[in-house]
Amino acid sequence: MYDGGKIITGLVVFVGLVTFPLWSNVGKAAKKPDPKIDTPVIQQLAEKKCIEPKAFMQAEHMKILNDWRDSVVRDGNGIYVSSSGKSFNMSLQKECMNCHSNKKKFCDECHNYADVKPYCWTCHIEPKEKEKVAWASIEENS
Amino acid sequence: MGINRREFLKIAGVSVVAGLGGASAIDLLRRAPVEASQVSPNPKALTAKRWAMVVDTRKLTGADCKRMIEACHRIHNVPDIGTKQEVKWIWTEEYKHAFPDDMNKFVSDEVKHKPFLMLCNHCDQPACVRVCPTKATYKRADGIVMMDMHRCIGCRFCMAACPFGARSFNFGDPRPYVKEENPKYPTRMRGVVEKCTFCTERLAEGLMPACVEVSNGALVFGDLDDPNSEVRQVLRSNYSIRRKPNLGTQPCVYYIV
Ligand code: SF4
Ligand code: SF4
Repeated sequence: MYDGGKIITGLVVFVGLVTFPLWSNVGKAAKKPDPKIDTPVIQQLAEKKCIEPKAFMQAEHMKILNDWRDSVVRDGNGIYVSSSGKSFNMSLQKECMNCHSNKKKFCDECHNYADVKPYCWTCHIEPKEKEKVAWASIEENS
Repeated sequence: MGINRREFLKIAGVSVVAGLGGASAIDLLRRAPVEASQVSPNPKALTAKRWAMVVDTRKLTGADCKRMIEACHRIHNVPDIGTKQEVKWIWTEEYKHAFPDDMNKFVSDEVKHKPFLMLCNHCDQPACVRVCPTKATYKRADGIVMMDMHRCIGCRFCMAACPFGARSFNFGDPRPYVKEENPKYPTRMRGVVEKCTFCTERLAEGLMPACVEVSNGALVFGDLDDPNSEVRQVLRSNYSIRRKPNLGTQPCVYYIV
């Protein structure tokens, strides 16, 4: 084989580069996301339930929000009657974030983990989170 | 490598059929839970066949106009930029700019110098809707010319088409120019067009538009299709004009001068 040494060295370097993401992350398992629901509004709920069952919300919230936006903006329907028969305002700012006022510890927790960047917040205003809230949850974790 | 063209096509055909079947089965399974629930309008919502506004300019002073502009811009998070890149939903204009079709050489001093309140006319034949390539701007069944900000691509065709200057473009991120954010309403983002919406979000909750609410009766808002509505009564008993009516967009904001 002509230039065998160069080819093999080249191959080793190539394989090394291609597998870089694998070996550079060995042993550094990303922290499992742990969204918090300990906001003041949720604490005061008699029944700590979202508009639909938790598993459904986890899988489908983005689809619900999409449906809501078309329904409100296009059809002028503002009320959502859930599968349990309760009515809710179809509004991200006025309904969802009223309970989930901890965007950083709720939305961002999973979105960052999954590396998705929803563009809701370029227009919709996120709740003002006080520094204190962040510190409290840090203490809680330690 | 014993696969000829005929076999390849057979396998490809079977996989396509299997793939299509598989996809639709998944869709069917996924869709079920959302459809179990229902949506409806707010029962308190104000409704009409054709919303319209009458501006009684005889009752309006500069200070009144300022108050209305501030109320609108505050609740809708309209940025206060203060350069040529300004964003406005409602503003004032001199008579000669507001009604350039009026060819009279001499008009009364009062009318000449008075500020006229301008806003989107929610035209019955809106030029902006005809040109919008994404249907981000559209006319609702109740006549309101509305925008779906999620869809606007910022092409600005609508701004070129609107003969009333009712639309503004966000040349940059408007957030730094919103002094006091109203947490109940969104802002806009860089690269979209915005304008007055006749306060659809307030009508949906049973409230009159913000400017009407603070106008002390100088603005009348109601259903043009209902002969007994307040707007029709006011129009019946007063002579009114509209902006650039000869362009045929059929503005639905009337001015009593
Ligand atoms: S005033 Fe302009 S923006 Fe408003 S509906 Fe008429 S054409 Fe469209
Ligand atoms: S700027 Fe937006 S609203 Fe205007 S025509 Fe283009 S897409 Fe439509």
